[in-house]
Amino acid sequence: MGDLPQLLVSGIAAGAVYALAALGFTLLWQAAGVINFAQGEFVMLPTFAILIAIKAGASLWLAFLIACALAMLVLGVGFKRVVVDPLVRFGVIPLVIATMGLSIGLKNGTKAGYSALAFPVPSAFPSGQLAFGGVSFSYADLGTLLLAGIIVVGLQSFLNRTVTGRAMQAVAQNTDAARVLGIDVQRMVLYTFLINAVLATVAALLIAPSYLAKFDMGDSIGQKAFFAAIIGGFNQTRGALLGGVLIGVLENIVGFYISPAYKEGVALLLFLAVILFRPEGLLGKAEERKV
Amino acid sequence: MTRTRLFMLAVALIAFGVLPFFLKSYGLYLLTLFCVYLMATYGLNLTVGYAGQMSLGHAAFFGIGAYHAAILLKLGWPFLLVLAIAAVACFIVGLALGFPALRVQHHYLAFATLGFNVLVFLMMRNEQTITGGTFGISAIPRPSLLGYSLDGAIPFFYFTYASTLTLVALLWWLLRSPWGRAFAALRDNPIRAESLGINITAYTLLAFAIGAACAGVGGVYFAALVGFIEPAPFHFSWSMTMLLAVIVGGSGRFFGPVLGTVIIVLLPEWLRGAQNWYLAVFGFLVVALMVWLPGGLSSIPDRFARKAAK
Repeated sequence: MGDLPQLLVSGIAAGAVYALAALGFTLLWQAAGVINFAQGEFVMLPTFAILIAIKAGASLWLAFLIACALAMLVLGVGFKRVVVDPLVRFGVIPLVIATMGLSIGLKNGTKAGYSALAFPVPSAFPSGQLAFGGVSFSYADLGTLLLAGIIVVGLQSFLNRTVTGRAMQAVAQNTDAARVLGIDVQRMVLYTFLINAVLATVAALLIAPSYLAKFDMGDSIGQKAFFAAIIGGFNQTRGALLGGVLIGVLENIVGFYISPAYKEGVALLLFLAVILFRPEGLLGKAEERKV
Repeated sequence: MTRTRLFMLAVALIAFGVLPFFLKSYGLYLLTLFCVYLMATYGLNLTVGYAGQMSLGHAAFFGIGAYHAAILLKLGWPFLLVLAIAAVACFIVGLALGFPALRVQHHYLAFATLGFNVLVFLMMRNEQTITGGTFGISAIPRPSLLGYSLDGAIPFFYFTYASTLTLVALLWWLLRSPWGRAFAALRDNPIRAESLGINITAYTLLAFAIGAACAGVGGVYFAALVGFIEPAPFHFSWSMTMLLAVIVGGSGRFFGPVLGTVIIVLLPEWLRGAQNWYLAVFGFLVVALMVWLPGGLSSIPDRFARKAAK
C-alpha cells in the first residue's frame, strides 16, 4: 500500500488538468449552450503554439503567454464569431455537428500542415522528487496541483466576488432575465469564451510534457473533459472539478493495480454508472424537461 | 416515388452494376468498399436521421462485425451463418449499450457511444489472444456461396452489391411499415408520438440496435473484402466521420447516405496524395455546411425548388 499516497497525488494532478478542460467545457455550455466537441483540439492547438514559440527562441513562460493571447483571439473570439454566433439560434445539435467538423478539421489540418509526429515539450516545473515521510512526490505533480489550484480558486472568486463574474453567472442561469436587468449578455458570453481559451491553454501547458505535442492528443483529453463534466454534473462548475479529479485518481489506481491497458476505459465506466443512476451528475441539479 | 424517379433510380443502379467492366482492380476494390460502408451508413441513417439520436459508436459496431467475421471465417464457418451471428451480436450489444445510454439521449448518447467506441477499440488492441492486437488478423478467406467461390474481385463485388441492395431494400420496407413511421414520428415530435401511444424508449432503442446490426453486417463484408483487419479503421474518429457523412449527405433522407459515403470513402481515395488536407477541408466544410445548409447536400434540389416556387 506504500504506493497509494503517490498514486493519489499524481492522480489528483492528472485529474486537475482534466478538470481545467472540463471547467471550460461546462462554462461554455452554461453561458452559450455550446457543447464543444473540439475541446480536446482547443488544448492541442495551444500546445503547438507553445512548441512553435519555443522553437522560435522564446522561453517557456513567454511561449505560454503568446499561446494564451493567440488562443483568446482564435479559440475565444474567432470561435464565437465564426462558428457559434451564426449557429446558436438553431439549437444544440447543429452546433454539436459543427464542433465535430471543427475537431476533424483542426486535427487533420495540424497533421497535414505541421507534422504527424509527436514532439516533446519542456515541463514548467523542475524534474525530481520531493521525499516526504517515506513517500516521494514528483515536483511536476505538485506544481501542476498548485497551478491548477490557483487557477480554479482565482476563477471561482472572480465568478462569485466580482460584479462581472456575477453578471456572467446571471447570464448562465437565465439569459432573458439577465438581459432585462441590463447586463450586456453578448459581452458576458464573450468573456466565457475567453476564459475557456485561457483554461485550455493552461491545461496545454500542464499536460504537454507527459502527453507530448501531437495532432491527436486532443482525442484523449477531450473525452476526459466531456466525461468529467457529465460525471460531476453538467450544470455545476464544481461538478467539473469533482469529475476531473475522480477520473484522474481512478485511472491511476486502475492502471497500477488492475491493468494499464484499460486505464482509458475508467472514465467511460464511471460515466455509464453515473447516467444509469444519477443522470444529472453527482453534483448536478436535474434540468427541467422543455416541451 | 414518381415513375421518372423510379426510372432514374433503375438507370443509376444498372450503371453502377456495369461499372466494374470499365475499372481496373483498384477501382473495383473501391467500389466494393463503397458498398460495404454504405451498409454501415444506411444503418446509421436509421439511428440518426429517423430516430433522431446521435451515435458516435458506429465504427465500433462495424469493427465488432469485422472481428466476428475474421475469427469465424478463419475457422471455416459458412459465410451466411457468420453474417447472421455478427448481425445478432451487434444487435444485442446495441440493445445493451442503448438501454442505459438512451435514458439521456442526444448529446449524452453521443458521449456514451463515443466512450463505448473507445472501450471496444482498447479491447481490440489489448486482447491479443483473440484479436491479434495491433498486428490484427490476416489471411481472412473470401466466402463461397452454395459451393460457388467468391474469391475473384468481380464475383465478390456483385455479391456485395446485391447484399447492399437487399439491405437497403429491407430498410426501405421497414421505414414504410407502421414501425418505420413511428421512428420518424418520435424524431419529429417525441411528445406527440408518446401521447399517441408510441413507446418512445422501445422504438428508439430498436432503431439504435438495428442501426448497429447494419454496421455489423457491413463489418463482415469489410473483413472478407480486405482480408486483413487491425484496430485502426474502428477508431472513434471513424465513427465521427461516418456520422458527419450521414449528416452532410442529409440525415433522414433515404439517399443521403449514398452522397455522404461518396464523400468519405471514394473521394479521399481518389485524392490520395492530399488525404490529410482532404480530411481537414472536409472538417471545415462541415462547419460551413452547418452554417449555410443545415439540411445537408441532398436538400439542395429542395432549396432550388423552393426558390423557383417563390
